Amino acid sequence: MFDFDALIKSLSEVGSTILAVLLIVVILEAFLYLILVKWLKTKNALVYMLISPAILGLLVLQIYPLVWEGYISMTNMSLSHFFNFDFIGLRNYVRVFTEPVLKQVTFFPLFWRTLLWTFINVAFHVIGGMVLALLLNREMKLRGLYRMLIIIPWALPQVVAAMAWRGEFNYEYGWINIMLKQIGLQPVQWLTSPVPNFAAMCIVNIWLGIPFMTVILLGGLQSISGEYYEAAEMDGANNWQKFWKITLPLMKPIMSPAVILGTVWTFNTFNISFFINQYELESSDILVTALFRAAFQYNRYGFSAAFAFIIFFILLGYSTIFAKTTGALKGVKD
Amino acid sequence: MTTSNATLEPSTLEQKQPKRRKTNFFRANHGDSKFKRLIIHLILIGYCIISVYPLLRIFSVSLRPGNRVLSTDLSIIPPDATLENYRLVIYEQGLLQWIWNSLAVTITTAIIGVIIAATSAYAFSRFKFKGRSTLLIYLLTTQMIPTAMLMVPLYILAINLGLVGTYRGLVIAYAVTSVPFSIWILKGYYDTIPTELEEAAIIDGATPLQAFWKIILPLSTPALAITFLFNFSQSWNEYLIARVILGSNEAILTWPLGLNRLMGQYLVQWGQYNAGAILVSLPVMILFLSMSKYMISGLTLGSVKG
Repeated sequence: MFDFDALIKSLSEVGSTILAVLLIVVILEAFLYLILVKWLKTKNALVYMLISPAILGLLVLQIYPLVWEGYISMTNMSLSHFFNFDFIGLRNYVRVFTEPVLKQVTFFPLFWRTLLWTFINVAFHVIGGMVLALLLNREMKLRGLYRMLIIIPWALPQVVAAMAWRGEFNYEYGWINIMLKQIGLQPVQWLTSPVPNFAAMCIVNIWLGIPFMTVILLGGLQSISGEYYEAAEMDGANNWQKFWKITLPLMKPIMSPAVILGTVWTFNTFNISFFINQYELESSDILVTALFRAAFQYNRYGFSAAFAFIIFFILLGYSTIFAKTTGALKGVKD
Repeated sequence: MTTSNATLEPSTLEQKQPKRRKTNFFRANHGDSKFKRLIIHLILIGYCIISVYPLLRIFSVSLRPGNRVLSTDLSIIPPDATLENYRLVIYEQGLLQWIWNSLAVTITTAIIGVIIAATSAYAFSRFKFKGRSTLLIYLLTTQMIPTAMLMVPLYILAINLGLVGTYRGLVIAYAVTSVPFSIWILKGYYDTIPTELEEAAIIDGATPLQAFWKIILPLSTPALAITFLFNFSQSWNEYLIARVILGSNEAILTWPLGLNRLMGQYLVQWGQYNAGAILVSLPVMILFLSMSKYMISGLTLGSVKG
C-alpha cells in the first residue's frame, strides 16, 4: 500500500527542486543588487529586486512557452512531424475556420456552443447567487448553518464533483433518473445523447459555481451601509425599487470583476465538460476541451496552437470591451 | 420609523448605529409576516438539500458492499453498509501513495508561489515604478489563458528537458500558474494597511525591506494564509497538467489521476472511487469551510481594489 523507496525518492526530488529554485532566486537577487545598487545606484532598486522572481518565473514558464507556441502555430508540427516540421505561415489559422477541428465538428458550432455554455452558467451563477445572498443577508435563525451548507459544493474538489456527478448521470443507477422515474417522468439518456449531455454539463457547473458567487455577493451586500436604505424608506421606496436603485448600483464594483472573472473561468472550464462527456460526444465539446483533444488525442500540435491563440484573443477582446464599458479596471491606474 | 427621527441629534443617531449594523439591510423586512419568513426558510432549506445531497450520495455509495454497488436504492445509509470499499481503496489501490504524491507536489508549489507573490505584491502595492500598470494588466490577462493552451508548449518543453514523468516537471509547471492571481489578492490586502505604519518605522530608521518584513508581513498573516490555501487548492485539484506531464508513470500519480483510473471507461470501481473521493475531499472541505470567511474577504478585496 505504501512504497517506502518511492517516498524517499519523492522527498529528495521535491527537496532538490526547492533548493534549485532558492539558488536561482539568490543568484538573481545578488546579480540585481550588484547591477542596480552598486553600479547604477538606481533609486528604485528594491522594487525591481522584489518583483524579479515573479517576473523571471512568468517569463520562463509563461511568456517563453507562449512565444514558442506562437511559433509552433505557424508550423505543421504533429506527431508524425515532431522534429522535422516546416514553417507554413498563417495557414493553420485559416484551417481552424475551414477544416473540422476534431473528427467532424468545425469551429463555429464549437464557438456558439461555448458562448451558450458561458451565458447559461454565468447567468445562473449571478442570478442564483444574488437570490441566495439576498435571502441570507438578514437576521434569522440558522443563518450560519445555511451559509455553510450552501458553500459546500465550492469546497468539494472539482474533479471529485465531476466524476461523482457523471456516475449519477448513469441511466439506470444514478439518483437523477431514479427520482425522475419515481415522480412518473421518463428517465433521460444523460451520457449518450447530445442535448441531455450538454444539459448535464450545465447542471453540474451551475451547482458548482453558485456558492462562490453567493459568498462574493453576500460580502458585497454586507458592506452596503444601512443608511441608504433608511433614506430610501423615508422617501417611500419599496423593496423592488431599493434593489434596483440602491443595491445593484452599489454592488457594481464587486459584481463587474466577479462577472468578468466568472465568464473567463466558465469559458475555460475544462474538467466539467471533459468528464461529464464520458463518451466523447463531439456535440458536447466546448472550445477548450476541443483544444485539448486536437492537441493530445489527434496530436495536431501546430494546428491546436493556432486554435489556442484564437480562443485567447476571443477572451482578451471580450474582457477588454467589458472592462472598458464597466470601468472594472479603474483601480489599476491608482 | 417615525418622522421624529429626522430631528434627532446626530450623536444619538451614531449611538444607535452600531446596534443596527448587522440587521441594516432591508430593515423593513423585519416586520415580515410569519408566512414570508417561512417561505424564505423553505427556499434556503431547499437549496441546502440541493447542495448537500450529491455529497451524501457519494458517501452512501462508498458504504455499499461490492456486489451491490450498482443499485437503485436511494437510502443514505444502505442496509448492509460496510467499510470494505475504504479498505480496498487504501490497501489495494494505493490511495495513500497518491495522496502523498499530491501533497509533496502541492505543498512545494504553494510555498514557492506564496513567497514569490508576497514580495512582488508589496512592490505593486507600495511603489510607483515604470511599467507598473502594464504589469498589473498583464497579470490579469494571464487569467484568460486557457490551461490547455499552455499544455502544448509545456509538454514539448518537458519532453525536451526530460521532465516528463517526474515530480520536478510537475512542480515547475505548477509553480507560477497561481502567482498572478495571488499577487492581486495580496496587493489588495496590502493596500488596506495604512502606509503611516511603515512611514513611522522608516522615520525610526528602518529600511523599507525591514518595514515590509517586520510590519506588513505579520499584519498580512490572514491574507498570506488565504493565498497559501488558494495556491494549495489550485494544484491539489489539478488534473489536466498532471495527466500530460506525469503521463503513464504509475509510481507517481497524483490523487486526481489515481481516482480517475478507478473510473475507466470499461472497468468501473464505483464503490472504491466514492470511498476514495470521501477520504480525499473531507479534510480539504473541512479546511475550506473553516477558512471560508477569510478566503472570501481575501478574494473580494483583491477584486474590489482593482
